[in-house]
Parts: sequence; C-alpha cells; structure tokens
Amino acid sequence: MATQNSRSAARLMMAPAVILLLGWMLVPLTMTLWFSFRKYLPLRGGDQGWVGFDNYVRFVSSSSFWPSVQTTLIIVGGVLIITVVFGILLALLLDQPMWGQGVVRILVIAPFFVMPTVSALVWKNIFMDPVNGLFAHLWKFFGATPVEWLSQASVQSIIMIVSWQWLPFATLILLTAVQSLDGERLEASEMDGANPLQRFGYIVLPHLARAITIVVLIQTIFLLSIFAEIFVTTGGAFGTKTLSYLIFQRVLESQNIGLGSAGGIYAVILANIVAIFLMRIVGKNLDA
Amino acid sequence: MARSITTQRKTINTVLAWAIGLLIFFPILWTILTSFKTEAQAINDPPIFLFFDWTLENYSVVQERSNYARFLWNSIFIAGGSTLLGVIIAIPAAWSMAFVPSKRTKDILLWMLSTKMLPAVGVLYPIYLLFIKFGLLDSVLGLTIVIMLINLPIIVWMLYTYFREIPVDILEAARMDGASLKSEILYVLTPMAVPGIASTLLLNFILAWNEAFWTLNLTAAKAGPLTAFIASYSSPEGLFYAKLSAASTMAILPILILGWFSQKQLVRGLTFGAVK
Amino acid sequence: MKNLIRTTIGATVMSLLASTALADGHSKTLTIATVNNGDMIRMQKYTDDFTKKTGHKVEWVTLEENVLRQRVTTDITTKGGAFDIMTIGMYETPIWGKNGWLVSLNDLSAEYDAADILPAMKGGLSYEGTMFAAPFYGESSMVMYRSDLMEKAGMKMPDAPTWEFIRKAAAAMTDRDNEINGICLRGKAGWGEGGAFITAMSNSFGARWFDEKWNAQFDTEEWKNTLTFFKGMMTESGPPGYATNGFNENLSLFQQGKCGMWIDATVAASFVTNPKDSTVADKVGFALAPDNGLGKRSNWLWAWALAIPAGTKKEAAAKEFIEWATSKSYIELVAEKEGWANVPPGARTSLYENPNYKDIPFAKMTLDSILSADPDNSTVKPSPYVGVQFAAIPEFAGIATDVSQEFSAAYAGQQTIEEALAKAQALTNDAMEAAGYK
Repeated sequence: MATQNSRSAARLMMAPAVILLLGWMLVPLTMTLWFSFRKYLPLRGGDQGWVGFDNYVRFVSSSSFWPSVQTTLIIVGGVLIITVVFGILLALLLDQPMWGQGVVRILVIAPFFVMPTVSALVWKNIFMDPVNGLFAHLWKFFGATPVEWLSQASVQSIIMIVSWQWLPFATLILLTAVQSLDGERLEASEMDGANPLQRFGYIVLPHLARAITIVVLIQTIFLLSIFAEIFVTTGGAFGTKTLSYLIFQRVLESQNIGLGSAGGIYAVILANIVAIFLMRIVGKNLDA
Repeated sequence: MARSITTQRKTINTVLAWAIGLLIFFPILWTILTSFKTEAQAINDPPIFLFFDWTLENYSVVQERSNYARFLWNSIFIAGGSTLLGVIIAIPAAWSMAFVPSKRTKDILLWMLSTKMLPAVGVLYPIYLLFIKFGLLDSVLGLTIVIMLINLPIIVWMLYTYFREIPVDILEAARMDGASLKSEILYVLTPMAVPGIASTLLLNFILAWNEAFWTLNLTAAKAGPLTAFIASYSSPEGLFYAKLSAASTMAILPILILGWFSQKQLVRGLTFGAVK
Repeated sequence: MKNLIRTTIGATVMSLLASTALADGHSKTLTIATVNNGDMIRMQKYTDDFTKKTGHKVEWVTLEENVLRQRVTTDITTKGGAFDIMTIGMYETPIWGKNGWLVSLNDLSAEYDAADILPAMKGGLSYEGTMFAAPFYGESSMVMYRSDLMEKAGMKMPDAPTWEFIRKAAAAMTDRDNEINGICLRGKAGWGEGGAFITAMSNSFGARWFDEKWNAQFDTEEWKNTLTFFKGMMTESGPPGYATNGFNENLSLFQQGKCGMWIDATVAASFVTNPKDSTVADKVGFALAPDNGLGKRSNWLWAWALAIPAGTKKEAAAKEFIEWATSKSYIELVAEKEGWANVPPGARTSLYENPNYKDIPFAKMTLDSILSADPDNSTVKPSPYVGVQFAAIPEFAGIATDVSQEFSAAYAGQQTIEEALAKAQALTNDAMEAAGYK
C-alpha cells in the first residue's frame, strides 16, 4: 500500500537514527579491530606496530578464557531462568484481586531503579558480609554458621544480586501480558475440567510466549555486559570472571590495549552467536 | 458469568503478594533505615529494626564531603538530555519502520540492538581518544551524546513496537482526507502514541540514570553524575555502613520517587508489543 | 519538595556563576583526582586555606582506589588532560616518570624543604634522581594488637616478633564464642589488596616474584610455604570470609574489637586509636611486622603522592598546591585543628623529630617500619625488580591481579594451594613472555 513517495520519505526518516548508530558502531569497532592487530602497550611506549593474529591467539590460549565464557553463560542463563520463572509467578499473583495492589506493585518494581553500583555495594556489605551482614545475624540467630556468600557461593550470589535487579523488569512486562489474557477462554477451559496446571500449560504459557521472548532478548543484551556487580563484590575472583570482566582486566589493569581489543572482538562474536541463537527462537515470536 | 471471588481467596492473595513485595523491597528499606542510624547501631547484633536513635548525622557528613547538588544536577541533565534527544531522533525512524515496513526492517532493528552488545570496556580507549580530540572530556554534552547513542536502539525498538499497535486504518482515513505526512504525524499519530512515548522516556531515563561505566570514565570534576558520587563511597575508612547507606539513599531516592509517581505511565506503554 | 528543588537549582546556578567569575582572574581552578582515604578527605576540608593563600580554587574528584587507578591511568596514557594533579603511588610514579608523563618536582621552593622528605619516600617516588611525585603520606606495615587480649592469653608481644610467635599468639587469642579472631589479614583479590600483603609476607619467607632472568618463581618451596602458612594460620584464627577482606573490612573488624591482631598499613594506627571510631582505642599496641629469621621482614613501603601530568597548562598553580599540601605548615594546620595523632604520617623527617609527635604511641614504630623497608633490596635471594610488595614494571599490576585472584580462590577452598601456584606460575610466565622479557 505504501507509495514510492512514502517509501523514500520513510528512508529519510530512518536516516538520522541509522547513520548515528552506524557511526557509533563502526568508528569504535574499526578502531578496536585496528588495535587488536597491534602491539599496543600504553605503558611501554604505546603502539609498537603490527603483530598479526598474536593477540587473538594469546587471548584464547590464556587459561582464563574458557572459564570466563562459561561464567558469562552461567550468569546470564541463571539470571534469565530466575527472572522469567519468578516473573511469571509474580505476574500471575499480582493479576489476582487483592487489597493494595498498587502499593505492592510499587514495592516489587523498586529494585529496578537502584543503580548497579549501589545495589552491589549494599548487598556485599550490609547483607552478605559474613561478620556484620544481616544474613550473618540471621543465620546466627537460628544457630547456623553464617555463609561466606561472596567467596563460597560467589557465582550464585552474583546471580542473586543481578536477578533482584532485573526481576521487576520481567514482572512488569509479563504482568502487562497476563492482564491481556482472555478471561473467558480460561473459564471455558475450567468448565471443561482442565486443572490449573493444564490451563497454565495450554493457555497462559502460549499467551506469554511473546512477552517472555522480549524479556529474554532485552535482558540478555544488558546481562552480557554486567560489570559493576562483579567489580564491587568479588573483583573477578572465585570464578566470577566474565568475558567482559576479563577484557576489563586486560585493558585497564594489564594495560594491554591490543590484547584487550582482541578480547573485545571475541566478545562481539560471542554476543552475536547468542543473538543469532536468540533470534532463531525470538524471530518466530517477533513477526516484524 | 462473573467469577465469584471469595474473601478468603482475596485475603490469601493479599497476604502472599504483600509478603513477597516487602521481601523484594526489603533491601532498599533496610538501606534507608540504616542511613538514619549511628555507625555502631548499623552493625548492632541483633540488628535494630526501628527503635534506634534516628540521626541525620550521616547525611551531613556525606554532604560535607561532596557537593551533592552538582552531581544530582548532572544526573538530571545527562539522563534527561540524552533521553529527550534519543526520542526525537527515534520517533521518525520508528514511525517509518512501523508504518512503511520493508523487507529489511526487521534486520535493521536487530542490527540496531546488536550494537548494544559491544562490551563497553573494549572500546574505552578508542572513545576516550575521540573525546580528547573533540574536546568532549568531562563535559555534560559529551556524556549526553554517548548515553543517547547507547540507549537509542532500545528507544527505537520500544517506539516501534508501540507504534505497530496503532491501527493503520486511522492513518489511511487521514490520508484519504488529504492530510500531509507532517500533519499525519502531528495530529493523528502523536496523540495516540503519547503513552508509548511517555513510557519510553521513563524507561530510558532510568537506564541513563543508572549507567555507570561511561559516566565514571569520561568525567572528572565538572560533569560527574551520581554514579561518580557513589564511586567515592565504595570503601571509606572504618565503620561505614551508615554513611554508605546515606550516600546510597541520596543516589537512588530521586529516581525511586520519580519511578513511583510515574509507574502508571511506565507500565502503560511498556508492552514492547507483548500484548496483541 | 518544591523548595528542595528550588534550593538545589539555586545552589547549582550560584556555584556555576561563582566558578565563572573566578576563572578570569589570575587565579586558576585546579582539578585534582584523589583517593577516598581519610587523610585525603581531611585535606579537602582544608582546601579553603589554600585558596585563601594563593587565590586558586580546587575541584576534587574523589574516587575509590581501584576506580581512581583506572581513571588516572586512562587519562595519563592518552594524554587526556582531565586532571591537573593526580594522586598516585610508588608503583606508578617511576613508570610514568620514565615515560616522561610527569612534571619534575626537583625545583620546588627552598621554603618547601624537599630535603626534609624521608629518603625512603623520596627514593620510591623518583626515577633516576628526579622526584616526580611529592608524598602526601607514607606508610609501611606493622603489627597492631590488642594489649588486653594479649595479656589475657598470657603472652607478651616482642617489638620484633616472628611468624611462629604471631601464629601461636593468634591461636591463643582466638575466642570463637565471643567472636574474637586472633588475627585479621587481607585475603581480597587485587594487586594492591591481598596481593600486596602476600607479596610482602613472601619476602620474609625467602620467596621472590622473579629470578634474575625474569622467570616466575611460584613453583618454589618458598611460595608454597608462604601460602600454606598463611592459609593455615587464617583457618585456625582468622575471621570468616577472610578471602574477601581487604584493608577496609579488616579495619572495621578491628575497630569493633573482633581482631586480636592485624598486620596492615601503618596509617591505620591513627584510625584504630581514635576513640571516636574505635571501640578498642586505648588497648592497642604496636610491633614490627614479623619475620622468619631469614633477614627480611614482611613490611611493605608505600606512599600516596601528588604528581602533575606533563602538558597541563596550570603547572605553576599545581606546584603551589603540592607545596601547600605536602608542606610542614599543612601538618601544623592539621595538628592545630585535629591533634597530632591525625596529621598525615610517614612523609617528613621533621615530623618524627617534633617533640609533640614523639608522644604519639605509634610514631616510633611507624618510623622504624618505614626505615626497615628497602625497595631496592627486598628479597632474600636476588631479584631484578625494585619494590617491596610489588615489582615496578608496567606488567605487574595486571599479572598480580590475576595471581591474587588465584590465591583468593585457594584461601576460599575452591582450589588447592598447589593448583593456585601452578596457575600463577603459568600465567605469569605467559604474560612476561608476551611483554618481551624472555
């Protein structure tokens, strides 16, 4: 239906956003690519020339590489599972009639407004500290030995902190979807004798598929690059070094821009693999 | 047939939902409470919940150490400016994708999202060098641009999914009436899109407010927002739970209040096309 | 609410106006990056005194240590010019000075009396005879212990204890039921945190980072002994979760009375003896950091110092600031306002000759500790590097962060000491090879 005229107008209207993002992507990416093939050590006289694929080989052959990829996937996957599962349960609960629904919703979405740095600091010190933290007091009250959260259950602790931050987002989106659920269909199925589990499986879940997709997609983008939560809590120790944290160490602590840039390119590749994988699933639900 | 909801069931729902809500909110509540305690009370065993000597001392210590107003102002300016700028750029793009879709629309959208996946620290040096070159280091303008670019894909996408919900028939009718492209956007589309735009603005304001990598690494004394403010409290000396709580409260309270007051608008447009 | 917003905006506008008005005089506005340690925060309070004397204004960028490091390093290596003065340490100064990134401070005024700076500090902040950073405060490390608990345990702390004694005393002081841990030490990952401690400790066990040919030495018995002793002692007498404790966590524990002993920076002495923050202020004794009978003690040497990046347009004003902040008169200013115990320690000889300062309980032990650390000769066996708790080469920070992460994982029991050392050995050699040492 669109005319030739409106097509070119459409292109014109897209132009600013596309050009800006193209620039934002290409300029740093090109520079990163360039650096990744150079021996670039700022503390040793800067750019010392072409080294081919040395940086790439070195980055992958480092003993930290595969564990960091694994950690990244575990953290992203763990947070996704927790936020989606609890998000659905919470959304279904909040959709039920109750007193003070508005206030409860306010309470539930609050963590989303907290800066990652602040939430990491608060969790690490005020809650998870094995001596003075609130959890330690709680454990002692029940006669148990306080858990050393960040050293003994480090990855789990980080997943918990990050999930706490992202649960509100998942809940909000899923709640919007739950609210649009067709009540009559549910009732009809109830009368047909479907039990709650069946109703959930055959009606609710398919209806939420699209919303779940959105949650997974958006969160993955943000979770792949979580940084503050690790920097503040464990500093990359105890198996919590993600790929982006490893790159941070190479660029800023080792001051090896070439190596870090090669790592950056790997991270882009990993992100794109994850993205393609997601798109396969998402694509169906995202009929654009 | 209306489903009859028994009072009993409603009570169970209420109790359960409130319990979970309070559990989720508790870390924030506890932080706020701790900020009014003395350092000794903050680590008291057993913990004191409400019956302590409420004090504002921590706030005055934090205020004395740093100019909170300036950090707050920078945060408002950077988050607000970048979001507004982003929405202005994104509206035409999202409009054309939603109403004049082509075969490549979906690819462009996904590509836009993929630009968010480049790890920030990997491009720190390139961006830092560019900032020096253009004299943008430690400037609110520079940060506004960067944060806008970071959030632009999300903005475009949110607006796109929202615009797609708008029935095309109305636009066609307007076109039949001889409305120009400009008036089509201005008088027909915009009023219908307001909820979507509002929630896009809100969500991205929050994301921009909480961005902590670029705001920390591209600023010095002038343009640092609240993320830089909190970075100076990460590990102060000695007993610090109460002071940390005060600084944390100061950093999150503005956005928390904004979020609460506008949660209806936030939720209304936050569909991402999830509702059909 | 409305009023608050109005006040906030008003205050911001006013401060903007004020800074523009001042910008066009002879006076300059200096941007100074600094670390959020107590002494620096105190310095910010007295900035008015500097402005009054010189007319220059100061803008502070106060950051937590790790953030500060990444921030200033990015800026200096890219010649960003975001700061007029940077707060850096003994590790950065010689490396940056060698690269020509810092302004020489050899020409400070006669009145400043540069000769009064402790030679150990001056040496660590110079490269080939040129001083590139002026020490704001200097530190070594020493034992701080609870005299009451020591007495209760029926022991007496010598002035120069051995590690064996410390371990025995720690076990004797430990009282888990009352939450008293015999000893609190740093186990936190990071080269400046647990990495610094274990390196300084390893010196007294005869270990070293590199042999003369820059080969990593983590496969040696000495390193294994160091880690085994450390972990053994901490398991017996350390606090729970010590693998995540750094300086601040331990300070907090000690101030709450939960540590019998704490071996850490000498500057902490003024915090643990300050009755305002510390519940044990009047029960703290001091001793030299322990040794193992091999001729080297386990104390380090460090200074937080002010340096001017080359290329700043405000070099003269920046020098005026450094002369003010690291001068004798600044020390007197703080002494007058807050008492002698709170002046920045460890930088000037004259402070330790001052009769007022001699009464401070930790003054002598601090000076003795500083004087006994020798960066040029820190290990039992010869080593090719300068530095006590670090090796002053550009690659060290990156390597030591990785290594200390492996160590912390071993403290937490996620891997054995042997595994941690094997990984440390491999990654250090790998990084040194990449850097072209071999």
